[in-house]
Amino acid sequence: MKQQNNAKAMPQGKPMEHPAGRPKVKAGVLKRLLGMLVKFYPVLVPMTVVCILFTAIASAIPAVFLQKVTELIETWQEIAVTQQLSAADAWKQASAEILPQIIFLAAMYALSLVTITLDTQLTAYITQGFLCKMRRTMFERMQNLPIKYFDTHKHGDIMSYYTNDIDTLRQLVAQSIPTMLRSSIIVLSVLFIMFYYSIWLTLLLFVGVLFMMLVTKKIGGGSAKYFLRLQKSVARIEGFVQEMMNGQKVVKVFCHEDECIEDFDEINEALFEESYRANANANMLGPILMNIGNVMYVIVAMVGGLILVTGAPNFSISGLPFGVDIIVPFLSMTKQFTGNINQVSQQINSIVMGMAGAERIFELMDQVPEVDDGYVTLVNAKIAPDGTVTETVERTGQWAWKHPHSADGSVTYTPLCGDVRMVEVDFAYEEGKNVLHDVTLYAEPGQKVAFVGATGAGKTTITNLINRFYDIADGKVRYDGININKIKKSDLRRSLGIVLQETNLFTGTVMDNIRYGKLDATDEECIRAAKLAGADDFITRLPGGYETELTNNGANLSQGQRQLIAIARAAVADPPVMILDEATSSIDTRTEAIVQKGMDALMKGRTVFVIAHRLSTVRNSDVIMVLDHGRIIERGDHQHLIDQKGQYYQLYTGAFELE
Amino acid sequence: MLKRLAKCVREYKIYVILTLIFIVGEAVIETLIPFVTANLINDIKAGAEMSEILKTGGLLTVMAILSLCCGGIAGFTCAKASSGFSKNLRKDLFAKIQTYSFQNIDKFSSSSLVTRLTTDVSNVQMSFMMIIRTAIRSPLMLIFSVIMAFNMGGMLAMAFVVVIPVLAFGLIMIGRKAMPAFRAVFKKYDRLNESIEENVRAMRVVKGFSREEYEKEKFGASAENIRGDFTRAERIVALNTPLMQLCMYVNMVFILFMGSKLAITTAEIDVGHISAMLNYGMAILMALMMLSMIYVMITMSTESAKRIMAVLDEEPSMVSPANAVTEVKDGSIDFEGVSFKYSQKAQKFALADIDLHIKSGMTVGIIGGTGSSKSSLVQLIPRLYDVTEGAVKVGGVDVRKYDIDVLRDAVAMVLQKNLLFSGTIRENLQWGKADATDEEIREACKLAQADDFVMSFPDGYDTKIEQGGTNVSGGQKQRLCIARALLKKPKILILDDSTSAVDTKTDALIRAGFKSYIPETTKIIIAQRISSVEDADLILVMDNGRITEMGKHDELLRTSEIYREVFEQQTNGGDGNEAAE
Repeated sequence: MKQQNNAKAMPQGKPMEHPAGRPKVKAGVLKRLLGMLVKFYPVLVPMTVVCILFTAIASAIPAVFLQKVTELIETWQEIAVTQQLSAADAWKQASAEILPQIIFLAAMYALSLVTITLDTQLTAYITQGFLCKMRRTMFERMQNLPIKYFDTHKHGDIMSYYTNDIDTLRQLVAQSIPTMLRSSIIVLSVLFIMFYYSIWLTLLLFVGVLFMMLVTKKIGGGSAKYFLRLQKSVARIEGFVQEMMNGQKVVKVFCHEDECIEDFDEINEALFEESYRANANANMLGPILMNIGNVMYVIVAMVGGLILVTGAPNFSISGLPFGVDIIVPFLSMTKQFTGNINQVSQQINSIVMGMAGAERIFELMDQVPEVDDGYVTLVNAKIAPDGTVTETVERTGQWAWKHPHSADGSVTYTPLCGDVRMVEVDFAYEEGKNVLHDVTLYAEPGQKVAFVGATGAGKTTITNLINRFYDIADGKVRYDGININKIKKSDLRRSLGIVLQETNLFTGTVMDNIRYGKLDATDEECIRAAKLAGADDFITRLPGGYETELTNNGANLSQGQRQLIAIARAAVADPPVMILDEATSSIDTRTEAIVQKGMDALMKGRTVFVIAHRLSTVRNSDVIMVLDHGRIIERGDHQHLIDQKGQYYQLYTGAFELE
Repeated sequence: MLKRLAKCVREYKIYVILTLIFIVGEAVIETLIPFVTANLINDIKAGAEMSEILKTGGLLTVMAILSLCCGGIAGFTCAKASSGFSKNLRKDLFAKIQTYSFQNIDKFSSSSLVTRLTTDVSNVQMSFMMIIRTAIRSPLMLIFSVIMAFNMGGMLAMAFVVVIPVLAFGLIMIGRKAMPAFRAVFKKYDRLNESIEENVRAMRVVKGFSREEYEKEKFGASAENIRGDFTRAERIVALNTPLMQLCMYVNMVFILFMGSKLAITTAEIDVGHISAMLNYGMAILMALMMLSMIYVMITMSTESAKRIMAVLDEEPSMVSPANAVTEVKDGSIDFEGVSFKYSQKAQKFALADIDLHIKSGMTVGIIGGTGSSKSSLVQLIPRLYDVTEGAVKVGGVDVRKYDIDVLRDAVAMVLQKNLLFSGTIRENLQWGKADATDEEIREACKLAQADDFVMSFPDGYDTKIEQGGTNVSGGQKQRLCIARALLKKPKILILDDSTSAVDTKTDALIRAGFKSYIPETTKIIIAQRISSVEDADLILVMDNGRITEMGKHDELLRTSEIYREVFEQQTNGGDGNEAAE
């Protein structure tokens, strides 16, 4: 049910470290889960519980009727013998008493059929509804998490919340919880009835139950422990296989197949060990408990017989004398009783796994979301010739920052121009490890600013700060003169176009993908943007043109084509500021030369931040910043830097390795 | 298909047989228990001797213990058998994939192979376990119980005659209706998860365009959609329980009614019988329920089984010939009228009419745009793919006549998509030569200009490489990959765009090293940078699957328009350093 299409997806190593011994089920997790269940379905959940309650009691009650019928049979058999009634007469008289009992029982059954249908249908409905809501809640929470979360968590791990963990919840809600509920009610009602008939026999049963619980704890607990370990082994083999499948061609080139098989066998063997231990424990628990139940059945029958033979007095709530009419229903209750305990014990694995899954899901839900306390918003505006800005509702193509001042309640409007300034900015992803030191830069509207430097020099980090994927530690960042911390994040990002090296397209048509930049763009606007990006040419040659369906991140396109679509996507948004992070790295030099014109057209009139390995891409920038270990070591235009004969010059002449 | 899958049981066959034996034992005993119990109850009722009661009770206890042992052992052997089966299945799958040629590999995406090896195998394992545990047990229980019921209850057993077909029919109907619904849902469910993955991967785009709300809505809609379908499917299956209960209730009422009538009017039936009949009724219905569950399980895992079989059935498109040549004489390469396409169905030839002769020890450079089939050309040399027409010869012998391992040991290729594996640098390099000494490793690294930076790591050659080689830079990775290939001491060395992230100076040093230390080795270098190939003995210019020009640097500057264009762009355009990875 789970597909992993992400080449980078890592094994789903789960943080489920349990110390040796039985895994603990945390009460808080269960409480929270049940709380959510009730909150989502405040009417249906109690209704289902009532239905289950009724069904459970209905399935415990027959014992009473069985006892009565048996008693009646006994009595009438005797009467028939002593009064020497004919068979027909005996039945005629007996049925007058027996039939009402059976009819009443049938009525009870009919009613319980209704509740059982309701209960199972409702459970199916609630389970799916609950899972759907959980998925949506998870997804919505996830959307609000900062980029940092995605940078620090493996995609495979995030995915397993939606696949593995949700699956364990499904088992829990659809099966384990109802079964536990039903079985415990049955056990309780049966217990009550048993006490009603005979306390001696019930106490005897108690001893047996204690024993069963002990066995469950031992074997069931062991099985749960192994199942959790099994999951880890599965994650390990998944990781190994993933790496090998990705590198399969390298394996072939080095004729390394046999060695790989050896390594695989080792991991496979370990998985086998865990798998058979976990399953053996789980498989053995059922028959063992069932037969302990059988033994108890026999013991109850024998002790019952013993009491009957010796004529020991019965001791019960009902005060009924001891007889076969008590033993028979008691025996069937014994069976029901042990059967239900068996049922409960079978749920142990799914409960332990479900709780572990729920715990992880709550972990995701409890992540601190990205805070957005900006209050400066982006609005459509009309700018009069004299420079006064007025807010409008309709799209004018002109934008302004609406800046309410809390001090005097006034509102000022600043036209959106795309002026970005950073002053003495320091930044660290991890406390104490600064990756940017004292970075100062000015990008005036319409300027092209390039960043050059080795991997890890901090080029992408600077752009991460401009769109506030991360927040600066020290210094100032100003956008059109406004502190970017005051700008609402979504509005800030709306004003920035971004094209990344790693192109991500969505499932849908090419047109849909371009329109992602501006959801209300017309087809014409999208096509114009594609033309601007130089993508129109190849798109029209695709089998379906703009309506070609892209799947699996545009797997049917080349990397360069994907980048062109991503550029068109940014172009349609028509933002005043653009960030091109290695946006043309996969377009070969010849093609790049062809799209260069489009790129130039695209950049015209915008403030552009360019990051590129290829120096030809950045050569015509207004300012080039050379970064080294988080510091700007050189700045100036191409000619200036070449004349300076510093780092840039050396890079340019190929004397240095850019990594 | 079942037969083929069953073959993977192999050494665990004994456990399967043991499981079956013990399960039959368990089933027999289990059906006998109610029979003996009925006697016990009747004994008690008849006021039999205490010794008699104890005797029957003792027998029952022994039976229960026996059944416990049988069930327990069966549970254990079954776990061993099914885990062993899945282990062998995974092993076979993995080994099979290792025999795949490049062409086979291209057919399956790596993520789909991972799914097949994990999720699909576990699905099949679950079904296998269910089958050996219940496929024999349930019908047995069914048959035994029916026989016993008729034996004991006579008329009372008539209830089953009516109820069993009704239940069986009902269960089949539910299964029939539910299966397609589930299959459709699972497909949608897969797609939903794919879209989540897509979203996670593209989070920067989503946030960059402030599309969080849009994504939430989109996801909400598809989640609700699936909820609807899923609920429908689950609700069909949920009918199983009431149906089962209905049958059980009808059964109980009938037995109670008829039982009491018979008990009073005749001497054949007694209270004990009634109780036993109720038990048999339960057993029969449970057996039917289990059978329907197996039916559902098997249908569900059929898809998984099919996907597994697709991997096992795939014929490796390339095997070493009989009487294969086991020695590569020298590093000469000849392409004779070679045409090539990636699959039979492809309309376009990736390579057409290639005639090319390279002498042993030559250095050959290849230049051309993306999609000009440079990689396709060199991949034919170590026989990663087979030619469609013509022949490729290495050392004067057609590559198809060599033992594949021998050929590939002689032809070292550094792939464009080069990879390091998790493990130490040393372990990675030993892929080239398993028993390479430290001196050999360092020598190769020096030649690939990798020794310096490796030695600068605190752990030197024992530095751990993370999965995907993320903790070394692109240029470092490329140099390590070259060193790994050099350790094979190949007769032919192919670098497929393998120095793109290496600076020009280092690049030149590497090439100079090749010239002086491995002069006999034929070197083929694919590059984007003219500077990487300009001193080659022969430069090929490729365009659209053909070699358009060949010659030395100076010649090509004069004769080839493409070459000159690229050269000018790189020198004047300042593209002296294209370090795109």
